[in-house]
Amino acid sequence: MNRLPRMTPLAALGLGGLAVFLIVALFAPWLAPHPVSAVVGGVWEPPSATALLGTDNIGRDLFSRLVWGARVTFIIAALATLLAFLIGVTLGFYAAFRQGWVDQVLSRLNDLMMAIPTLIFALVVLAVLPKTMVVLILVMAVLEATRVFRIARALAADIVVLDYVEVARLRGEGWRWVVFREILPNALSPLLAELGLRFAFAILFLSTLSFLGLGVQPPIADWGSLVKDNKDGLVFGVFAALIPGAAIAILVVSVNLVVDWMLHKTSSLKGAHRNG
Amino acid sequence: MADTLLTVTDLEIKAGDTTIVDRVSFELERGRVLGLIGESGAGKSTIGLAALGYSRDGLRLTGGRVTLNGRDILNLSANAIRDVRAATITYVAQSAAAAFNPAHRLMDQVIEATLWHKLMGRRAAIARAKELFALLGLPDPERFGERYPHQVSGGQLQRAMTAMALCSHPDLIVFDEPTTALDVTTQIEVLAAIKQAIASTGTAALYISHDLAVVSQIADEIVVLRHGRMVERGTVDQIFHAPRESYTRDLVSIRQHEKPEQVNAAPPLLAIDGIKAGYSKGVPVLHGINLVLGAGQTLAVVGESGSGKSTLARVVTGLLPASNGSLIFDGQTLQPDFADRTSATLRDIQIINQIPDLALNPRQTIAAILGRPLTHYFGLRGAALKRRVTELLDQIELPHTLLHRYPAELSGGQKQRICIARALAAQPKLIICDEPTSALDPLVAEGILDLLMRLQKEFGTSYLFITHDLAIVRNIADTVAVMLEGRVVRHGPKAQVLYPPFDPYTEKLIASVPQMRPNWLDDAIAERDALRGKTVKQGQTP
Repeated sequence: MNRLPRMTPLAALGLGGLAVFLIVALFAPWLAPHPVSAVVGGVWEPPSATALLGTDNIGRDLFSRLVWGARVTFIIAALATLLAFLIGVTLGFYAAFRQGWVDQVLSRLNDLMMAIPTLIFALVVLAVLPKTMVVLILVMAVLEATRVFRIARALAADIVVLDYVEVARLRGEGWRWVVFREILPNALSPLLAELGLRFAFAILFLSTLSFLGLGVQPPIADWGSLVKDNKDGLVFGVFAALIPGAAIAILVVSVNLVVDWMLHKTSSLKGAHRNG
Repeated sequence: MADTLLTVTDLEIKAGDTTIVDRVSFELERGRVLGLIGESGAGKSTIGLAALGYSRDGLRLTGGRVTLNGRDILNLSANAIRDVRAATITYVAQSAAAAFNPAHRLMDQVIEATLWHKLMGRRAAIARAKELFALLGLPDPERFGERYPHQVSGGQLQRAMTAMALCSHPDLIVFDEPTTALDVTTQIEVLAAIKQAIASTGTAALYISHDLAVVSQIADEIVVLRHGRMVERGTVDQIFHAPRESYTRDLVSIRQHEKPEQVNAAPPLLAIDGIKAGYSKGVPVLHGINLVLGAGQTLAVVGESGSGKSTLARVVTGLLPASNGSLIFDGQTLQPDFADRTSATLRDIQIINQIPDLALNPRQTIAAILGRPLTHYFGLRGAALKRRVTELLDQIELPHTLLHRYPAELSGGQKQRICIARALAAQPKLIICDEPTSALDPLVAEGILDLLMRLQKEFGTSYLFITHDLAIVRNIADTVAVMLEGRVVRHGPKAQVLYPPFDPYTEKLIASVPQMRPNWLDDAIAERDALRGKTVKQGQTP
């Protein structure tokens, strides 16, 4: 049913980047030569046989930390994005389906959330709450969910006025049937593209939080905290901070290329595939 | 003798591997009007655009020649073809509302192409445009051009577009379904204006339409197209009186039969009593509607767009709760809001929508679409469900092989049949048909109407049939209600409503329905003028 558009060189590049990232995240224990917090040499040593990319600010193997960091980055960003979609799509569809005051209350609350700058909101909340992974994921999910809500509500509002939805409502179907059987299948393609884009933003957001010291806490590290740990080295001409930075950039660009490629097919809101 | 203006020879146009236009040839003499007629997908618009040296994206010209005034226009450079388009050939599109820029005054747009190509000075062009406004019967031709597109009606906009096309004194105008989007009462005005304009300017025209009755009022000759091939070509008289091909015969004989009216007084199934409703507070769309529909009968509600007939359908379904009045269904009061109605009541009232594309979920198979009401209302599952679904397909005369297809893989007529089957699956007492055939080609529409009539005979279902087409009403109705601006102006058995003595509005409506005879337009215009004289006199002597 969901035939994808023809592969382009850029899409192949993006898919390749994403595949490498997933493989690294999945097989981290086998790929990393050293445990995540093992000190293997001096501070900021250049690349060698024991440390492929050199060592970090306290002499840990940068390559190993990068590999382990991929896993942490992936788990947090993916869980936060999925949770954001669960919250945003359910509430957005429900608001579009119920219309009237339910829609007004949900939409205005959403506006209220969006009016607060995300970073400031996250800084305040994370500074107060315990810095655990669960809290981090929840905060990221709630903030992302406001964006998802907007899109889901707009998509569903277009579909909910179509005759087939009216026919289903006149049949006496409940909101679950209407939302999950009539609306969701027809909004799936644009939502999937949005999911990819939100995932890229989640990676960036997580890296930002970690860079500011509010994200992933030591001894484990994601890519953002690797940049933070090594940023002082830049002053002395050590490029250790640039390697995780480049990894973040390459991953986000890869995800974007894949989403772009998917959007070629799915930019239509109608969802129907015409044959001939 | 005859001076040939346009010659199309063996024109062949393809989209990918599909042939859209298959070796079509015809020629058009100076000052004559040629009608191109066919159902959707017949390639008529593609041929019309090819005459302008234009093809839509994705279409490829694979053979044939189009010559205008002896020049092969398919092989001209982009600049040369632009000059040809403004000076010798112009185009009138189906939707004038979409063709005008809402930010500019009508006059500037009407004379724009003429000025751009330096065919006339500005003053001369404005004078010409005013002359054309007068010729096309537009109100206040001196000042009409100062208005913006949203300040004039749809019929006036279509005439303004005709003025735009005529402004540069072209040799040929291509009319692409110019009246299809208009109400019958507006259509007749625009048709009359176009006919007069063509006659007095002496331009030639290609007139594209799916409605044979309309084309035959304007054209001298008609080309019948089907699936991109030319079926038949002849003068209007010849097409009407001696059609050679069976397809043409079907087109001509369409809507000739009439449902015999049921005279016995059936007990009322639905009584609409003093219904008032509107979409926003204080702006009523319906001003107190009283109607009765007998069990097993068809009540046709007729009116122009904006008359409130579809709103009435929404009130009966409960999608738009009425602010006043009551609905009595099968002896019981209906809750105004469908959410308050019982499941049994919801099952008893089903709906068939105007556009089947929007009424079928594109992500569900036909089996799922037809199966859901059976599971929902009757709890059918498994083999029993499958048996009943195939039974439904038999009733609507579709093959069982469609079960696993998606709506996008069906034709328009098939989709509408699926909608009928879905309504039928609930075994309802009343089906509300909201213009179920207006989006379909005439022959397909006739098949749908026949099916609805057969099912009524078989199951005794009542229909509340919303339509703007009086020709359909003759076909299917027992009782008729004529609506105007949210009020019922005439209601009763068909024999009373559709035959004299008339009230002025119903008379105008009936006279506006295109008839399958060559001189209908002239007669209708004469009649309308006589009627107008009559009403003016009535107005003078209170």
